[in-house]
Amino acid sequence: MTFNRNIKIAAGVAFLAIVFIAVPAAISASGRFDLYYTLTSVALLSIASAGVWLTFYIGRINIGQGAYALTGGYVSAILVVNHGWSFWLTLPVAGLFCAAASVLIGLPILRLRGVYFAMVTLVLTEVARLLALALPITNGAKGIVSIPLPGALSVFGITLIPDFATLQNSRLAFYLLAATLMVVCFAVMYRLVNSRIGKLCQSLQQNEELASSIGVNIAYLRVIAYAVSSFFGGVSGAIFAAISQSIYPSSFTVTDSVNFMLNCFLGGLGYVFGPMLGTLVLYFGWDLLFQTGQFQLLIYSGLMIVLMLVLPNGLLSLAEMTRKKD
Amino acid sequence: MAEMLEVSGLTKRFGGLVAVNNVSFSVREKEILSVIGPNGAGKSTLFKLIASFLRPTTGEVRLKGERISGLAPHIAARKGVVRTFQETTIFKNMSVRDNVVIAHHLRSKASLFGFFLGTGAAKADEAAFGASADEILALLGLSSLAGEIARNLPHGHLRALGIAIGLATDPSILLLDEPFAGMNHDETMRMVEMVRRLRELGLTILLVEHDMPAVMKISDRLVVLNFGQKIAEGTPSEIQANEKVIEAYLGSEDEAIGL
Repeated sequence: MTFNRNIKIAAGVAFLAIVFIAVPAAISASGRFDLYYTLTSVALLSIASAGVWLTFYIGRINIGQGAYALTGGYVSAILVVNHGWSFWLTLPVAGLFCAAASVLIGLPILRLRGVYFAMVTLVLTEVARLLALALPITNGAKGIVSIPLPGALSVFGITLIPDFATLQNSRLAFYLLAATLMVVCFAVMYRLVNSRIGKLCQSLQQNEELASSIGVNIAYLRVIAYAVSSFFGGVSGAIFAAISQSIYPSSFTVTDSVNFMLNCFLGGLGYVFGPMLGTLVLYFGWDLLFQTGQFQLLIYSGLMIVLMLVLPNGLLSLAEMTRKKD
Repeated sequence: MAEMLEVSGLTKRFGGLVAVNNVSFSVREKEILSVIGPNGAGKSTLFKLIASFLRPTTGEVRLKGERISGLAPHIAARKGVVRTFQETTIFKNMSVRDNVVIAHHLRSKASLFGFFLGTGAAKADEAAFGASADEILALLGLSSLAGEIARNLPHGHLRALGIAIGLATDPSILLLDEPFAGMNHDETMRMVEMVRRLRELGLTILLVEHDMPAVMKISDRLVVLNFGQKIAEGTPSEIQANEKVIEAYLGSEDEAIGL
């Protein structure tokens, strides 16, 4: 037991060291500063994917995370640009706004199961895009541009985070921000899944009727999980808007929603860290295949199909297989 | 003896079909009462009505005098009416022990957020549930299978696991849905013993069943349904001698009603 625990702590420390020390050191040594942007994207996308993973965990196929990422981006952008709010304040507000919206949307649609829920969530992404096009506050197809970089964050006069605009290397700052949030997000997920709540979610996934007959308030639990999921989506969208300093109706589309889901599939639906690994592999895999030109999509989708056939439980199931052989 | 569960004037219509028609009976404390009847007699519907999985068209169900019909299933479970399902209804990808531990959810004092934070109350709950789950598994002879993934269990043990899940919720009355279906003679006898043991623990049991010999052996009283109506009520020997019951089962072999 303690042996296992020690391994877990060591793995956690090693992971933190890689993310916060080794990666920045390697990037500044190699001079590939563009990688900061790539890795920041991976970190943010994996936060949104973690949300999707949580809805998978209660037995729902969620292809609607793009809607919440888009909403989160717009909420933050509008508050910063039109109302002069600090970006740091808009971050939790964007998350909470998405969570609140998902409660209203989730109450009726979470009664659906399987492909029906999946279809409705797919439509959600499209609805969000059309809303962004149509609403006056979102500025239509022109979107919201020239969003200022995040300002300083001070609490009681102590500057915790400096103004991003004054930094020489705002890419490193964004990377550290995204990586920190990713670590927090996955720590929360890990705790959720390994506490009683995780077991309750599993009980929903495996048999809702039985869950309610043993006294689980399934409607409540479903909505809570969906709200947490959408919170992650909103937060990740808000940071994306801040990095690109712009948000358009096409910033998050159905393709993104599908990718969030694929990230979960690829990493493994049974593993908390699946969406993180899945996002990393998928994002870099897509970039690596860029050299193949017109065959990029063909090879990419071919590989995905093969992977799903060979490793239906995701990449992380490889680790479990080797452990069993020992 | 005090009355545990009271069913009065219960009717359920599905469109033009009357599945359960003005059925009344009561279950006494620590009694084993069986509801029997030919196929399509409305047993399953009645069962779902009592467990609050369906809302009655008219009539009501009372537990210890308190009306429970029309509540959500998880609320009814909280009040103490807990149903088991036929065999496949377990959490099939969890270990046997986890199935029983999670079924203690109702007894939990800590909030969801408390479990997230790992508060003292949550830890106390976890420890208590684990201990109680081990006790229940031992009672039902499942201790040696505690670590097994539930879907790998053989037939008879699955049924026992279903009952273990029901027991873990600490019910006032346990509703058993065809506990003997698909079992061979030995398995049935073991299950009969198990149900008797549950009653000795102070449980009240309502069961819906096809297997007549087992039902006759186990029940204190029976309620017989046919075409949604109650046609008889009484002890096993009274039921076996009842003209209407014999008529309802006419065409089936005599041994089907345990004669």
